[in-house]
This record gives sequence, C-alpha cells and structure tokens, in this order.
Amino acid sequence: MKYKEKLIENFFKFCASITIFTTIGIIAVLLFESISFFRDVSIFEFLTDTQWTPLFSEKHFGILALVSGTFLTAAIAIAVALPIGLTIAIYLNMYAPKSFRKTLKPFLEILAAIPTVVYGFFALTIVTPFLQTIYPDLETFNSLSAGIVMGIMIIPFISSLSEDALYAVPKSLKLAAFGMGSTRFQTAFKVMVPAASSGIIVSVILAISRAIGETMIVAIAAGQQPQLTLNPTVPVQTITSFIVQVSSGDAPQGSVEYKTIFAAGLTLFLFTFTLNSVSFWIKKKYQEKYE
Amino acid sequence: MAKETAITMIKIKEKKIDSKKVEDGASKDGAKIAIKDVKVWYDDFMAIKGIDMTIKPNTVTAFIGPSGCGKSTFLRLFNRMNDYVEGFKMEGKIKLNGTNIYKDKINVEELRKEVGMVFQKPNPFPKSIFENVAYGLKIQGIKDKKILNERVEKALRQADLWTEVKDDLKKSALALSGGQQQRLCIARTLAVEPSILLMDEPTSALDPISTAKIEDLIFELKEKYTIVIVTHNMQQASRISDYTAFFYIGELIEFDKTKTIFTNPEKQQTENYITGRFG
Ligand SMILES: Nc1ncnc2c1ncn2[C@@H]1O[C@H](COP(=O)(O)OP(=O)(O)OP(=O)(O)O)[C@@H](O)[C@H]1O
Ligand SMILES: [Mg+2]
Repeated sequence: MKYKEKLIENFFKFCASITIFTTIGIIAVLLFESISFFRDVSIFEFLTDTQWTPLFSEKHFGILALVSGTFLTAAIAIAVALPIGLTIAIYLNMYAPKSFRKTLKPFLEILAAIPTVVYGFFALTIVTPFLQTIYPDLETFNSLSAGIVMGIMIIPFISSLSEDALYAVPKSLKLAAFGMGSTRFQTAFKVMVPAASSGIIVSVILAISRAIGETMIVAIAAGQQPQLTLNPTVPVQTITSFIVQVSSGDAPQGSVEYKTIFAAGLTLFLFTFTLNSVSFWIKKKYQEKYE
Repeated sequence: MAKETAITMIKIKEKKIDSKKVEDGASKDGAKIAIKDVKVWYDDFMAIKGIDMTIKPNTVTAFIGPSGCGKSTFLRLFNRMNDYVEGFKMEGKIKLNGTNIYKDKINVEELRKEVGMVFQKPNPFPKSIFENVAYGLKIQGIKDKKILNERVEKALRQADLWTEVKDDLKKSALALSGGQQQRLCIARTLAVEPSILLMDEPTSALDPISTAKIEDLIFELKEKYTIVIVTHNMQQASRISDYTAFFYIGELIEFDKTKTIFTNPEKQQTENYITGRFG
C-alpha cells in the first residue's frame, strides 16, 4: 500500500519535472541559437536598423520592423477588445440578471475556443473586403483587419478576467455606493471599476501578451511585409508570422536566415515574459489589499 | 479683471449655499416615518408579518429582538435597500413625511440621499479619507473645491473624527482603525445632509471606546436627524434611544418609550427578552 502511494507520488513528480525541463530546454535553445546569431549580426544593428530583410540578398536585421508590426496589430486589437470587454464585464456584474449571466458567460468563452485559423480567414475574406467598401485604398493584407479580428478573439480574456475582478470586490462596497444614492452607472464607474482596477489591468496585460503572441490571424491577414510603420492600411509582418514564414520555408539549418527565427523568438519571449511577470506582480499586490 | 469676476462669482455661489443651508436647517430636521400594514417575503418565506408603526421626527428609535426576527429587513425597507435582495417582495405602505416611498414614481437615488445608512461592518471605499466623505457630494455634481472642503470638514467634525484625521485627509481610508472607519462612514453619510439616519448594529464590530464615541455622537445627532438603530446591546438601547421597538419572528411585539419598555413593559415576551430570560 505504502509502495503504491510512493509510486503515484513519484509519477506526479515526474510529470511536474517534465514541464519544468521543457521550459528550461526551450529557453536554453533560444539563448544558444541567439548567441550564435549575434556572432554574425551585431546587437546594435539588430536594435537600430529599420529594415528586416534576412531572406533577401541584401540582408538587413532591424527587428524594429517586426516589432512595429507586432505592436501595431496588438494595439488595434486592444483598442477593440478593451472597451467591448470591459463593457461586457460591467454589464454582467452590475446589470444582467443572474440567469442571463449564466448563459452569456459560456457563450463568450466559445469565442476563445474558435480555432485562430478560422479568425484569420474571417479577417481576410470578410472583414477586409467589407472595410474596403468604406475605405477603398485599404490593401488586401493590412494590420487593421487582422487587429480588429484579433481584438474580437481576445474579448473573452478581458471580459472574463475583468468580471472576476469586479466580482471579487467586497459586496459591502457596492451596497455602500447604492446606500449613498449612487445610480448603477455611478456605482460601476466611481466605485467598482476603481476598486477592481488592478484586476482589470492584469486582464488587459494578459490580453496584450496573448495578442503579441498570436500567429495565425496575423500570418493570414496582415501580410508578410516587414516594415517600420504605424499605418494600419498597409501590409506588415509580425514577429510570429516571420517565424512561421521561415520555419515553413527552406532556410538551411545553421544559416543566418535560420538563426534569425531564434533571435526573433527570443525577442518575443522577452516581451511576453515581461508582461506576464508584471501582471503576476500586480496580482500579488492586489490580493494582499483585500485580505 | 477676469480674476475679480471669478472671485465674486464664488462668493455669490457661497452665499447661495449658505442661505440654502439656513433654509434647509429648518426643513432639514428629521423626517417622520409612517409604516402601515407592512409585510415582507423572501420568496415564500414571510419575514415581516404585518407591522404598523410611526417613528417621530428627531427621535432615536432602537430596534431590538432576537437574531433573525427581521430587524435588518425592516430597517432596510426605509431606504429600499431590500430591492437588491433576490426574491424580495413587500406589501403595505411606508410614508416619509407623507410620501409613499414604494410608489412607482419614486426616485430611489433621491430617496437614499434623504435616508442615509450606516452598516454593521465599516465599509469605506478604497479611496482617501477626503474622497470618501466627498463621495456623496461629488455624485450630486458638486465640484467647487471650496464647498467640498467645507462640507467635508463639517461632516468629519459632526462625526467627531476631524481632529484625528485633519492633518492627513489624503491618507487611504483603509489605513484607519475600525472605530475610525465607522465614524468615517457616518461622516460620509452625514455629508449629504440626509434627514433620516439608519444604523444597523453600527457598533457591533467595535471596541468599547469607539462604541462610546459613536453613542455620544448619536445623542448629538438627534437634534437634526431622525435616527433608527438596530442593536443587540440592551444597555446601548436604553442609553441612547427615546423609543424602543421589540420584534419577534417578523412581528412587532411592543413599541413604546424606551423608559417604559425597560422598566414597565406591557408584554411578558418583552420583559423576558430584556431581562435575558429569552432563548
Ligand atoms: N437575503 C435573504 N434571503 C432570504 N432570506 C433572508 C434574507 N435576509 C434575511 N432573510 C431571512 O429573513 C429573516 C429576518 O432576517 P434579518 O436579517 O432581517 O434578521 P435580523 O433581525 O436583522 O437578525 P440579526 O439580529 O441576526 O441581524 C431571517 O429569518 C432571515 O433568515
Ligand atoms: Mg440584522
């Protein structure tokens, strides 16, 4: 009996260690290949050059061209998802009857369950043509459609996590606000949202993190043209879609082209890691506040 | 030149507020509450079984009775806070200075500015002391810094908290002690100058010194307000109230001058309860 218990315990330990070693392994490979990349390309060029053309004969390695595409699409996505997601969260928390809340929440979570490749084609074949009827100069591949559709995809991240944050605000505060003669609207915006602000910020940071790591939508709908621009109507390339492009192409292993994906991957990793750490830190601080 | 007009404008505004205060001072006295055949249900459970009662202006009325007898339910009727309880239904009339507050046309937000409430557990907003007290004024659209400062100071003085916090009004309200937080909540309620003050066991979470402070406060406040207080503390009821109502399982058993209730109650049940011979 005791032996069996021990066996089970060891099995759990083994499973836990697999994830830890996988993480360490991935980081090690990223670092190792990136160091090798930076032997060929100077960090200075990597950070300051404004062009990214590793697959052309005249090679430039300015990551900014990819970073700008990444953040442009992510910013558009957040601009869509934050107001809608927060409105939904406030509606669910302050206005919706309990029964409706129970049906709407799972429905929203379906949005997150749709495969992203479907979103990508939705952006390319429906949203872009529709936007072109309003603004004919919009190019076939552009960051606007990709960003909007990505924003729709991440609405549940923001609405669900923000609603959790609002729900965690002590009920006594809501009653205090109502007792002072506040309307629902005033209670929501003057008491509930400020009291839940750290949780809401965490939801937004996680949504940004998700948006800059998103691959299929941008690879399909935003184009493959790295350029340092803030113009949402032209094609751009994000870090992720560059990695897809090289991985699915025929760059020989060991070549500089091949190594670029690790340097790009490391950059992406640094961004998401920083964002997740910040959200983790805020979450911890915020939890202490209501204890 | 522009500056001068601005200053005179502020002065005019100030005067208006002042004259309003004077006028209100007379009418702002406590209001009368008339309760007629009130019944309350939570789903199928009948929590209040038909109560008639008249609460006189500028008095302190204490609600006493064993746990679960409906004191809080009854108190929350006066500012319609039961409206948020799922399954709540009520019948009967509650009139505030003659106006039925359960009429369809009633604006509950306006009602709650007239009928302030202090809860059992201090529940200040996670904002600064100043912002807490100014909250009710700000949601009424008062923005003038000077008026806000005046009213906040006045409310804090009324709640006997001013000397303790005046040097650091920007401090978070959550950093205050429990007793200070409760007085802050009282100040927050007083700042909007209601005419009725409802208090549901306001001292049950507090130490004896803070309790004594709040009791003194209630005594002073009845000059200007009608106060209804729920309490489990018999001494407290006898110390601070003019009238006492004894409830038992959703019914009003006895309602009379506090002195009568505590020295010569009419009903045996009341006597049993106040002498502690009750379950
Ligand atoms: N939200 C609610 N839903 C259903 N029943 C409720 C609700 N609130 C109170 N009740 C019931 O109504 C009755 C009266 O409750 P109430 O809170 O008014 O009593 P109370 O006299 O204030 O008690 P206490 O002294 O413990 O505070 C109780 O039987 C209680 O179980
Ligand atoms: Mg109670």
